[in-house]
Amino acid sequence: MSSVTPRLRFKARLVVALSAAALGAAAFVAYEQIATPAQRQIDAPLTVLIDPGSFRHRLPGEYLKDGKPVDAPSQEVRIDGRIEIMKHQVGLADYRRCVADGVCRAADIKHTTAADVPVTGVSHDDATAYAGWLSKATGARWRLPSDREWAFAAGSRFSDDALGIDEDPANPALRWLADYDKQAALAKASDPGLKPAGHFGANEKGVADLAGNVWEWTSSCYERVRINADGTAIGRIENCGVYVVEGQHRTYMTGFLRDPKAGGCSVGTPPDNLGFRLVRENPGLFSRRWVAGLIRNITG
Amino acid sequence: MLTRREALKGAAIATAIVAAAQLPVKPAMAAATPGNAASLARKKVTLVKPPFVHEHEQVATDGPKVVEFLMTIEEKKIVIDEEGTELEAMTFDGSVPGPLMVVHQDDYVELTLMNPETNSLPHNIDFHAATGALGGGELTLINPGEQVTLRFKATRAGTFVYHCAPGGPMIPWHVVSGMSGAIMVLPRDGLKDDKGRKLSYDKVFYIGENDFYVPRDADGNYKTYDSAGDAYSDTVEVMRGLIPTHVVFNGAQGSLTGDSAMTSKVGETVLIVHSQANRDSRPHLIGGHGDFVWEEGKFDNPPLKDMETWFIRGGSAGSALYTFRQPGIYAYVNHNLIEAVELGATAHFKVEGEWNDDLMTQVAAPGPIATH
Repeated sequence: MSSVTPRLRFKARLVVALSAAALGAAAFVAYEQIATPAQRQIDAPLTVLIDPGSFRHRLPGEYLKDGKPVDAPSQEVRIDGRIEIMKHQVGLADYRRCVADGVCRAADIKHTTAADVPVTGVSHDDATAYAGWLSKATGARWRLPSDREWAFAAGSRFSDDALGIDEDPANPALRWLADYDKQAALAKASDPGLKPAGHFGANEKGVADLAGNVWEWTSSCYERVRINADGTAIGRIENCGVYVVEGQHRTYMTGFLRDPKAGGCSVGTPPDNLGFRLVRENPGLFSRRWVAGLIRNITG
Repeated sequence: MLTRREALKGAAIATAIVAAAQLPVKPAMAAATPGNAASLARKKVTLVKPPFVHEHEQVATDGPKVVEFLMTIEEKKIVIDEEGTELEAMTFDGSVPGPLMVVHQDDYVELTLMNPETNSLPHNIDFHAATGALGGGELTLINPGEQVTLRFKATRAGTFVYHCAPGGPMIPWHVVSGMSGAIMVLPRDGLKDDKGRKLSYDKVFYIGENDFYVPRDADGNYKTYDSAGDAYSDTVEVMRGLIPTHVVFNGAQGSLTGDSAMTSKVGETVLIVHSQANRDSRPHLIGGHGDFVWEEGKFDNPPLKDMETWFIRGGSAGSALYTFRQPGIYAYVNHNLIEAVELGATAHFKVEGEWNDDLMTQVAAPGPIATH
């Protein structure tokens, strides 16, 4: 079960905290530290809370069975804790506040655009810098989602990247040709013009703009996994210079790239745009929904 | 004011009068040499859009003939890259490049060239395969609303560029607006290797490479114009920098990739004709070779063999013959890799068939570095 919580202004939170104390509850403050107005730079962004669960997931990375490339396995993955994920991708206006603070590099935007669009032209490094800045500005810990967290939040909007062909270990060209045709089909759907936040609608969990025309960085690194004939992993090499990027299709991009046309590791169809959204670590003891409920109870 | 047409007509009349006055009396020779074209059989050819080529025999089964072609000039807006950048193009028969014509040595090429009223500029054609009159340019200048018919004897075997050349600064401008193509004049008994053994192809592809010079605005974005004339002075400024903004095959970045990738199979022999009417290029088939390459393009010269990368000099058309030996994806590129990847000069082949482990095999799959 997931919920969308309204933004709360600073004063409302102060009221809540005092109320909690007045109720004799344990003296921990609401999930956000109360920041003084001077420290407070931006309101925490809209988020969606997703309850734990399990789902079938096509693992990221390249898989070699007996040394030959095969589709990655599709596995039952369990998400144990609640996920609090941004409802929208990080917006250009918010990102520009980070730039104005001297923490983030200006996004690599080729054409002037309205400010209510997602930020694009940002690398994995830029996304990480923003997450650090947002954490300081809101007093909470924000980070990129892992590929599994993104897929879980994406639900029906997740795209399985398996080729699904009859494998022939003697002919490596079959996968190259099948992948080529798949990439050609993906290229036809390209529509890079930036749209306002919310344009691509929300999925069944309330998360907006997944698999629109902005692909999203994840924290997951590229890896190559060797499996034996029965599927057991017997070796794994990670390359954390390259990250898993999710969107209409899954791809892998070198972390410092800001322009998706530079391509990932393959000749595949590049993302239309590169952006990101963040998850909040340790979704609070007192979630916004709980606090909102408390206020309603107090104020009647 | 004298129009160009009147000036041309006047010049032609004046020349004829002078020639008649100066003609020495030689009973055995006519004033001009008409040749025997009038007595030959005729054949009409319908051109097809590149990279494909119209049906033709490789080895001529009959004698020289007059081969009739028709091309209609079309000025049109085209999209030249994946960002949607537009170019006010000038085209032969609506395509960049214009279509490949195929005849045999000693055939006569009879081209009717049309410049419809819908165009705004005069155009002509210069055939590098032809002899005289600036390649035919002097005899084919037509205004919108006019047509002309030119016949020339294909005396030399090889692949040759044709392009528009209306005079002065118009020449480079029309060429970098897309107005070029090629003709292949085959030896009557077909292609031969350096030892004189017969060579033949199962498929032929014509790849025309174009360099474009698209002006940018102050923000660095490509500009669009309502007509070629509006674009002219900005475009000349970019041209004079000699650095193209786009180098593409078949008129646009990506036009010979994806669904439009060329196809073949293991064991099939392809001939790839490559023309560049303006600027040097160096084609390379990634994963393959040029088994036999007529780099300068002329079939009387023995082909180069086992080529890795070959050179197409600007203003020429060459060709390469290759038999595919492995299945998979091949990229055919201009091997200045910046031009190939950043500026658009890449085409793809999709080749099906069985993998040959003897030619190449992965002895050990990627894995951690071994420690002993």
